Amino acid sequence: MTGAAGAAARRAAERIAAERLFARFQAAGALPVDAEILLPADTLLDLYGEDIRARAYVTADPLEGEMMLRPDFTVPVVQMHMAHGAEPARYTYMGEVFRRQEHLGQRAREYLQVGYELFAREAPEEADAEVFALFAELLAPLRLRAATGDIGILMAAVRGLSTSERRRAALLRHIWRPRRFRALLDRFGGRSPQPEPRAKLLAALTSRPLDRMIAAAGPAIGLREADEVAARAAALAEDAATPPLSGAEVDALDDLLDLRDTAPAALGHLRDLAVDLPSIGAAVDRFARRLDALARHGIAIEGLDFEASHGRTTLEYYDGFVFSFHAEGAPELPPVASGGRYDALTRVLGQGRSIPAVGGVIRPGLIVALQEGAA
Amino acid sequence: MSLKIGVPSKGRLMDKTFEWFGSRGVEMRRAGAEREYSARVDGADGVEAVLLSAGEIPRELAAGRIHLGVTGSDLVREKLADWEEQVTALAPLGFGFADLVIAVPAFWIDVDTLDDLDAAAAAFRASHGHRLRIATKYHRLVRDFLREQGVADYQLIDSQGATEGTVKNLAAEAIADITSTGETLRANHLKILADGLIHRSEATLFAAHAADWGNGARPVLQNLAARLSLDLPGPL
Repeated sequence: MTGAAGAAARRAAERIAAERLFARFQAAGALPVDAEILLPADTLLDLYGEDIRARAYVTADPLEGEMMLRPDFTVPVVQMHMAHGAEPARYTYMGEVFRRQEHLGQRAREYLQVGYELFAREAPEEADAEVFALFAELLAPLRLRAATGDIGILMAAVRGLSTSERRRAALLRHIWRPRRFRALLDRFGGRSPQPEPRAKLLAALTSRPLDRMIAAAGPAIGLREADEVAARAAALAEDAATPPLSGAEVDALDDLLDLRDTAPAALGHLRDLAVDLPSIGAAVDRFARRLDALARHGIAIEGLDFEASHGRTTLEYYDGFVFSFHAEGAPELPPVASGGRYDALTRVLGQGRSIPAVGGVIRPGLIVALQEGAA
Repeated sequence: MSLKIGVPSKGRLMDKTFEWFGSRGVEMRRAGAEREYSARVDGADGVEAVLLSAGEIPRELAAGRIHLGVTGSDLVREKLADWEEQVTALAPLGFGFADLVIAVPAFWIDVDTLDDLDAAAAAFRASHGHRLRIATKYHRLVRDFLREQGVADYQLIDSQGATEGTVKNLAAEAIADITSTGETLRANHLKILADGLIHRSEATLFAAHAADWGNGARPVLQNLAARLSLDLPGPL
């Protein structure tokens, strides 16, 4: 079979694979839910920023304004749960998601996702383990390689840095943008110099009144007002007087960022790191409890990979446990499944309410591709 | 079979293009009446010039409806995804220089770099309840640049003209636009970020990968290239 007929048969095979997963998730106790394909663009833009425009199809509705073709299910499912969900709750869904591709190549523009999401206030490590173990069981025949991580440990490390609140907030804001995070860390650690214009400004601020400098620079145009400019200039002066992060702290953070090992070895390493970064202690304890829970669910944790920086990519929202399943022999394929904990997202979308949540998605299209490759 | 070359249809860009080819022995001039959008080419057999809006030349190249085209390197990068897969730059033409830059109000003494812009955007969003708006018509170039640089909490506002005025009109807080001397920016009380240069644009001669290079088009190109003293890259 070639061409259109082959593609049609392939799509049908993918749907059959998806329905099988959807049934398995329901058998595991999840309530089947569905979501609109056209989503209001505002929510997604506020959440992901302008970058989502390069990844999602945007269209315009004459009455509703900008709409996006569903780039994933998490946002509508979280909104649905926050509006009228019971607790705890398990949901499953199945359907197409759409991803705009700005580069030529084989990346899919639309593909099926089957997902499982668990909203529960109690025993978060147990919930993490339940989701991971369920995915591992469903994917076991494919012999994929699983990788795990924990953004929560990284965030705890940043929150505990002995520096100003402003610097900690700046680093936290860029946890998911490794390049800007690195640049900030190097500057806060005194490892890269002030940019030249900043140095000039700081020198000028010591001899001239702030409001006069602003007035002399030009008329105050636009929505961002002179007092906002003054507030940030004052903050810059204050920041310049903040001592650099200690070398020991930056080294420990670097060590953490680079940590890749099997889970038990990583746990030992993290316990050592907690001596220099005591703020990660509670997060490391959670990691240890999660490993125990995973072991109880039958996961062989001795060989489980842990990467502290796993899940640090833009357009992500995970803030705790993260995981993915890759085909080892096909490095060009995206992960067959991925997921993680996203407690903060429920707070953003919950209009004042929040609930701990963890979940993930599987791409049945990739399962079919791997089975075909093996056949 | 002739080889079609798309040439900007008006203004300095057209005049300079005619000049560039003319000084290399290929005479182009408008055919017939002043308003007719076709041109005669003398000095290169089999070459047909088509006058097109500079903004449409990237699309015509991508579709392969013209073999060659003269347009700004900024327009090709903005309008064509993976532009290097679709066209080859044969020669920079030495005119039509313009820098695509990010500019902010001059009185923002706290903002001189992308790092500052990013931090100001975060504070702006917290106090105003919406992301800091950057007016531009170069959506792809600006978004790719800011993503690469790790700038967050901004949004792009479409502005197809008079972009420098959008800040004063409260339609945006910053802009990303092309400038050659910076004069219009200064007149509108804006300054360029020290590391805010997104692309240095120049009128460029491009070849289309999707064009039909059979039917005698390739020898015509080789002749033309010899005439213009151009080195053709291997695949052409």
